[in-house]
Amino acid sequence: MEESKIKWQTLDTDVLIVGGGTAGCFAAYTLGKTGDVSVVIAEKANIKRSGCLAAGVNALNAYITKGHDPEFYVNYCLKDADGIARRDLLTTMSERLNHVTKELEDFGLVILKDENGEYVTRGPRNIKINGENIKPLLADAALAQPNVNVINHVNITDLMRKDGQVIGAYGFSVNEPIAYAIRAKAVFVATGGAAGLYRPNNPGFSRHKMWYPPFNTGAGYAMGIRAGAEMTTFEMRFIALRCKDTIAPTGTIAQGVGAPQVNAKGEKYEAKYGHTTSERLYGTVVENREGRGPCTLKTTGIGEAAEEDLYKAYLNMAPSQTLRWLESGRGPDGEDVEVEGTEPYIVGGHTASGYWVDAGRRTTLKGLYAGGDVAGGAPQKYVTGALAEGEIAAESILDDLKDLDLHAEDAAQRPDYDHWFADDDSGLMNTEQLEEAMQKIMDEYAGGITQGYQYNAARLEIAKNKIAELSELAKDLKVSDMDGLLRLYELLDRLTVCPVVIAHLGARKETRWHSFAENADYPEKDEAYACYINSIEKDGEIQIIKRALR
Amino acid sequence: MSIAIKQDKCIGCGRCVEACPGNLIKMNAKGKAEQRHPKDCWGCTACLKACPTGAVAFFLGADIGGRGATLSYKKQGDAVRWTVTRRDGTRETIGLDAKQANQY
Ligand SMILES: Cc1cc2nc3c(=O)[nH]c(=O)nc-3n(C[C@H](O)[C@H](O)[C@H](O)COP(=O)(O)OP(=O)(O)OC[C@H]3O[C@@H](n4cnc5c(N)ncnc54)[C@H](O)[C@@H]3O)c2cc1C
Ligand code: SF4
Ligand code: SF4
Repeated sequence: MEESKIKWQTLDTDVLIVGGGTAGCFAAYTLGKTGDVSVVIAEKANIKRSGCLAAGVNALNAYITKGHDPEFYVNYCLKDADGIARRDLLTTMSERLNHVTKELEDFGLVILKDENGEYVTRGPRNIKINGENIKPLLADAALAQPNVNVINHVNITDLMRKDGQVIGAYGFSVNEPIAYAIRAKAVFVATGGAAGLYRPNNPGFSRHKMWYPPFNTGAGYAMGIRAGAEMTTFEMRFIALRCKDTIAPTGTIAQGVGAPQVNAKGEKYEAKYGHTTSERLYGTVVENREGRGPCTLKTTGIGEAAEEDLYKAYLNMAPSQTLRWLESGRGPDGEDVEVEGTEPYIVGGHTASGYWVDAGRRTTLKGLYAGGDVAGGAPQKYVTGALAEGEIAAESILDDLKDLDLHAEDAAQRPDYDHWFADDDSGLMNTEQLEEAMQKIMDEYAGGITQGYQYNAARLEIAKNKIAELSELAKDLKVSDMDGLLRLYELLDRLTVCPVVIAHLGARKETRWHSFAENADYPEKDEAYACYINSIEKDGEIQIIKRALR
Repeated sequence: MSIAIKQDKCIGCGRCVEACPGNLIKMNAKGKAEQRHPKDCWGCTACLKACPTGAVAFFLGADIGGRGATLSYKKQGDAVRWTVTRRDGTRETIGLDAKQANQY
């Protein structure tokens, strides 16, 4: 690498979108359609199949069905989060759910309709679709805008700043020795949430067979944390209830064929624990812990036609499940489907962790906007909520642009990518090893799978210290090519997010959501914690801020 | 969870490299697609869908129930065909219509 040092390229644009996923593509489409502004999407993969939507999705989970209003959806989200969510954010999102759905249909998304042309629902908040090609459709909508310029395969690592304002971002090509300094009047961060912080369900050969994309590493959180942005509710982790091993969704079976969830004794146990997202997961955890596992979705006897429909539905979003059924020779008609909880994720589209934003999706840093899974305060966004937030942020940016300018870059801020390179990258420690160590620490000391998701202050203190040690060790890592640099930065992002998770878990001294934040020192809910737990990193210290509910 | 790339079927077009959301595939010295980090595959099948020759197949690791079968993908117009080839060579194909919504 010596002779071919990374070459810097500079670029100017009105709006920079970091992450061309669900929210990012829709923001680009909105900006392209409504304004004569220049837009750059910087995406670490290729926007055609990047992020959460890569494999396809099975339904639109956030929709205002007939006979309901946005308020109905807002109240559902608030109840599920036991009050720790932002009504203003949920309301502005919910008001747009059906409008963005219509846009998706216009892009070409297949939505199931009845004989009257009405969407067919899959419950009070969901509609049935063929979501296999949802990402290519969104990508095409963004690409069709002449003023939208997409740069694929660029991993953004840091925000460019001037006096507390965000004025662009830095990143590097994941294949060529090129680095980018992109100046922008406004930056929309839409990098999704963070997977891979905790030891996963299948830590060996299939370590990346996880629910949330392993390539969403919390980069957007990390760059905001490093820049001093205020973050909220990182203690509300999301843990999904999934089909065992393949980590495929269970809703398609539970709601689709109405399969009840039972323990090894055949007892339906769900009602015992309650029906919020965390309670449903917790029920399965307790049944297993108390020796009544394995827990399954009781599918035997659903019939061959239903089985065939399930094979097809899974091929459109989680093909591994269909393969598993077909290769074992035992489909769901002949064998119940075992369920398990995943490792914890930080994901603001399901729970409420992420940037603290105003109703216009402005972060606490001037010039920086956030939407989708990276933005906090509004859980249960799903696909359509991410689209809604992309649109809201785009509109705020269009409003604000008149007061935002391009600023001169202080080149001293540029990340020193070169110094990570060495011809010999075979030191004692490597990226993979430290990632495994990080996941083990988070699992054992910050409430991972092997701890039944529980933690206490003593354990969190150990987690904090051990993660700090790893961050120190990571400074010595060496890489030999751009892909190595990508893996290294994925680790650095996670190592930046972990301490914030740990600090938040410790700050909420109650247990409001079982499993998601199961504080063994304080096993009960405490109304003193009917508040948001926020944080700002300053001089390497994480400062916790409690904010009143609004 | 991972993929297998049939070297004899690969024409070196690079589309799978372009498509993978995790940057997990590269072109090797022989101009063929090769996996960079076999353990890091998410199983999204974007590479299968991008490949024009059906050179990429997908399989489950034994730790998550893999028993030697592969899954391959083919699309013509709106007709999608997924084929499972078991260890003993037996096959099963499921046809899907891209214009049809999930029943569940
Ligand atoms: C497997 C799965 C199934 C789901 N199924 C459903 C469903 O059936 N129905 C439903 O309504 N919702 C579903 N969801 C939820 C929904 O898909 C997400 O909430 C939503 O897509 C999140 O959008 P986003 O824009 O925040 O993230 P994403 O769409 O993931 O976009 C993030 C983008 O940022 C890019 N990126 C990340 N880091 C960087 C970086 N450093 N530099 C540049 N780019 C970067 C990523 O590559 C990606 O393109 C599902 C989610 C998952 C993971
Ligand atoms: S299945 Fe998805 S993650 Fe795995 S190699 Fe193919 S494109 Fe990449
Ligand atoms: S898409 Fe198929 S043919 Fe093209 S490089 Fe990849 S494996 Fe080879």
